[in-house]
This record gives sequence, C-alpha cells and structure tokens, in this order.
Amino acid sequence: MGFFPHLLLAILEGTVAAAVLALSALGLSLVFGVMRVVNVAHGEFFMLGAMLAWFVAKSVPGGPAAGFVVALIVAPLAVGALAFVTERLLLRRINYDPEATIVATIGLMFVIQQLALTVFGADAKAVSAPFTYRIALPWFGFSGYKLFVVLASVALLLGVWWVLAKTKLGLIMRVTQFDRETATAFGIPVNQVYSAVFVAGAALVAIAAVLIVPIQQAHYLMGLDPLLMSFIVVIIGGLGSIKGSVIAAIIIGLSDGIISMFFSPTLASIIATLAVALVLVFRPQGLFGVPAR
Amino acid sequence: MTARVLLLHGAVIVALFLLQFVASDYAVLTATRIMVLAVYALGYNILFGYAGLLSLGHAMFFATGLYAAALGVTRLGMAVPEAFLFAAVCGVIVSTVIGLIALRASGVAFMIVTLMFSQAAFLTVLYFGDITRGDEGIVIKDDQRVFSLFGHVVNLADPVLRYNIALVFLALAIAACLAVVRSKIGHVLVAIRENENRTAMLGYDVKRYKLIAFVLSGSFAAFSGAAYALLFAYAGSTLASIQYSIHPLLWTLLGGAATVLGPVLGTALMFLLVDFASGFTSASLLFVGVVLILLVLFFPKGILGTLRQRLWRWLP
Repeated sequence: MGFFPHLLLAILEGTVAAAVLALSALGLSLVFGVMRVVNVAHGEFFMLGAMLAWFVAKSVPGGPAAGFVVALIVAPLAVGALAFVTERLLLRRINYDPEATIVATIGLMFVIQQLALTVFGADAKAVSAPFTYRIALPWFGFSGYKLFVVLASVALLLGVWWVLAKTKLGLIMRVTQFDRETATAFGIPVNQVYSAVFVAGAALVAIAAVLIVPIQQAHYLMGLDPLLMSFIVVIIGGLGSIKGSVIAAIIIGLSDGIISMFFSPTLASIIATLAVALVLVFRPQGLFGVPAR
Repeated sequence: MTARVLLLHGAVIVALFLLQFVASDYAVLTATRIMVLAVYALGYNILFGYAGLLSLGHAMFFATGLYAAALGVTRLGMAVPEAFLFAAVCGVIVSTVIGLIALRASGVAFMIVTLMFSQAAFLTVLYFGDITRGDEGIVIKDDQRVFSLFGHVVNLADPVLRYNIALVFLALAIAACLAVVRSKIGHVLVAIRENENRTAMLGYDVKRYKLIAFVLSGSFAAFSGAAYALLFAYAGSTLASIQYSIHPLLWTLLGGAATVLGPVLGTALMFLLVDFASGFTSASLLFVGVVLILLVLFFPKGILGTLRQRLWRWLP
C-alpha cells in the first residue's frame, strides 16, 4: 500500500474514532453542562452498557441483528435505572458538591468494576456486529458497520441538539444550567431536572456502548478509556458545550487516527492528555466554551 | 508546641518501634509497607487537607521517585543513598514544574488537570517500555541493595533493618508535617482553604503559598516512591496508575483530612481492611469503593477529624 491509501485508511479510522469519542462524551457533556458535576463513574456506565449488549446478544435468539435491537432498548433502560438510584441515594444527599461528587463517584467506579468482574468474569467478550457488509475499496476493504456507527452518532448528536435547542424540555434544562436559584424561583423543579439529566446522560452512554462494542470488545476494565477520552473531548471543546465537544471529537479523533497509524497509539494518547491539561490551564473555558460568570 | 502534642506523636513512634518485637514476620513486612506509604499520604494531606486542593494525580510524583531511584540503581550505577538523593531532587523539580502549570487552574479543573498530567506520565512509562519494562517492572538485584554508610555495611534485604529504616523515615515525615502545619505556612494554607480571596486581600501571596504546599506534597510523594523502590526492590507501572493517585486520597479521608496523624491511621486501617477482605474475596477494590462512598456520605471528616471535633480540640 502506498502513502495515500495509508492516509485514507488513517482518515477513515480517524472519523470512526471521532464518532466513538463524540458518542461516549455526549452523556458526560450533558451532565456536566446542566449539573456542573463530574461523574467519574461515566466510564463504568459505558462498560455496563457494553456488558449488557454482550449478555443480550448471548441470550436473545435470532442472530446478532435481533440481539443488537434488543440491547439498544435494554441497556439504556437498565443503566438509566442505576443512574436514577445513584442520583437519589448519592448525589442528592451530598447536595451536588463538586468535590464530594468526584470522590463518591470514584468509589462507585470501583464498586461497579468489581461487581462486573464477579458477575461477568475477567475475560474479554466479543460481540458480533448486526451486519457484516464490507465496502470494497481499490486498496483495502472497510467495515460497513464502522460507517454505520459514524452515521448513528451524527443522528444521535443531532437529536440531543434538537431537544436542547428546540423543545420546552431543553429550555428548562438550559435555564437550570444558567442559574439554578432563579430557576427554582420560577417554579422549575430543579431536583427533577437534575434527576432526568443524570439518567439521560447514563442512558446515552449506554446506547453509545451498544453501538461501539462490536468494533471493540467488552471487558470489565474497559470503562477507563472512554472516561478519560470523554474528559479530553469535553474539556477541549468547552465544558457543557455540545457543539464544542463535537468539534473537539473530530480534531482528536482524526489526529489520533493519523498519529496512531504513522507513529504509535500510546504517543497519540500522551499528546491528547497533555493537550487537555494545557487547554484547561491556559483556556479554562475550553476552546469553544463561554467563560463562567 | 504543647507537651501533649509531642507526647502523642512520640508515643505513636515508640509504639511502632516496640511492634517489631511482638509482630510476626508477615506483620513486620506489612507494617514496613504501611509506614513507607503513610509518608505518601502525609504529603498528600498537606495539599488536600490543609491547603484544600484535591489532586487526582499524585501517582506521577510517587512514580517519579520510584523510577528515579530504581533506574538510578539499576541503570546509572548509583549506590542506594545517592539514588535516594537523586530521586528526591527529581521529585522536587517535577513537582515544581507541574505545580507552576497546574495551579493556574482551580476547583474541578485543577482535579482534572492533575489527573491528565498523571495519566500522561503513566502512558509515558508504558511508552518507554524498553527502559521501564512496563507493568512487568524493574527488579533491583539483592547485591545492588548493599551499600556502606559511615563505615557500616547496610543490607536492605534484611527485614528488621528495613522496618527500622521505614520507621525513621516515617518519624522524620511526621516531624516535618507537624513543623509545617504549626508554622506560619500551615496557618496561611488553612486560611487559603477557608477563604482564598480574603487571604489574598490580607496581603498574602496566595499563589506562592499554594506552590509551597504543592511542592512539599509532591516531594513527600517522591520520597515515599524512592523509599518504596529501594526497600522493596521493585518499580512497576501499576504503581504509577490512577489507582495510586486515589489511594492517598482515600487514606487521608479515612484517617481524617487536616490532622497530622490521620493519613497514617488511614493507611494502616485500609491495609488491614483490604488484608482482612482478601481472606474471602479477590475483589479488594470493592472495599475501597464502598469505604469511599460511605466516608463521603456519613463521615466526611474522617476518624481523627471527628475525634478532634468532639473530644480533643488540641489535635494538630
């Protein structure tokens, strides 16, 4: 293969990586945007979604496509329920204090991880894609399912953007984000909004996991990577700005694909993590965020 | 310094000294490990407990000491004392550089910046796998741990000697901590934790004091890492991972943040708890998680913090 086919492959893989990043970061971005708390267990919600996808695919008859559809319903419901309980029993009791939330969700991260290890075991689990169409290019074949993930993530991002920007529900969320106290004064049930946003964030990441798991593998330690990657995307894009997250996901996904292809994946991760630290230090509101009032 | 403060901390050290005559070999080894890691927690507490800055990336300083010492002995041909000094200098330099950058952020951003730097450091350890040997780790050979100090031959493979070295190390760290928190620096740090703007308005150079706390804290972590590598003859990438950034936070919270002995007590208790739990489950991290959640919900001041609030107001 010459240089250009190589570059094309890197760009294609980079686009898929960007879609994966944007998908996994969407829930975190929503929760941070509205509630101003960082959920460290976000990655474990992703892992649970992937594990459920595997479990459903194993137990539902009718091939990978049927399992995939069932998992798309079961995983967000189950993970959303867990998030509901977490919000009620944990976050609400510590009054969404940012530091206490981080410590408590670190605890939750370990608990979920270890329970997944006990229930599902330590081996990596492959989940087959709902369809196996390969697009034949002159130089190499490329998985059709990977392109489907790209399209699905675009659809999901547009959907969330539409809810936030165009519906009454979205207006209520934005008001709560803008000023919690004034929102309360205007009769908005802030506690219910928080609860709904936290559950929606978890459900979104579970959907992301079901979509992504056929191109990765399910493993009880897989949550750390999407967590750190989501941090990277959300921070570089500007905390709470979904548009910024998407742009950041495209930049990071593409550069990650290209650096991984021509140098090494570890080097790509090192550069991305350092970039985050430096963005936070020199432009705390992110590249596209609005400074805090 | 009041007499009862000196008496309490002295009594802890004496009790630890006497422990080696009654404890089993296994308990002596565990206690050695606890004492070395307690120094890590003591340093973490200066930044978290007193200055109120929650770092999620102290493993990078621990790893700096760990790898500087291990590579100093195995690759650069240093004797053990030289390697420790080398690691200490590296720790001070790294924590100063990172501190200057990370302290520009505050609140949640500070936590994530430290987490990210630490993750980059962890990945760097893996990236240079030829030198660091990744998660397999560097093992220091027994003959590299023998050195002579003031005419005496010292062999770090001897468990009793190792215990007493760790004890002296811990005693020095506790003394240094007491000195810092009872000095002007300690009082200004508490003032910054309680109200940063007011402290700045009173004319204190807040940035400088935060940097002092950061460098002290990072250096303690590096000293502890160096001692860990040299005493236990091992440096592996697990010790640079996120878990090792969270451990000192947990130990400090459990024992009581902003109390001098809290981190020591927390480290010991958590070790005993995990040791006890490993008798019937391999999922020791489950206990770490449950303890973290329970602490945040019901016991945010930790053991000694609660004792100070209820009984011993004089506890430093």
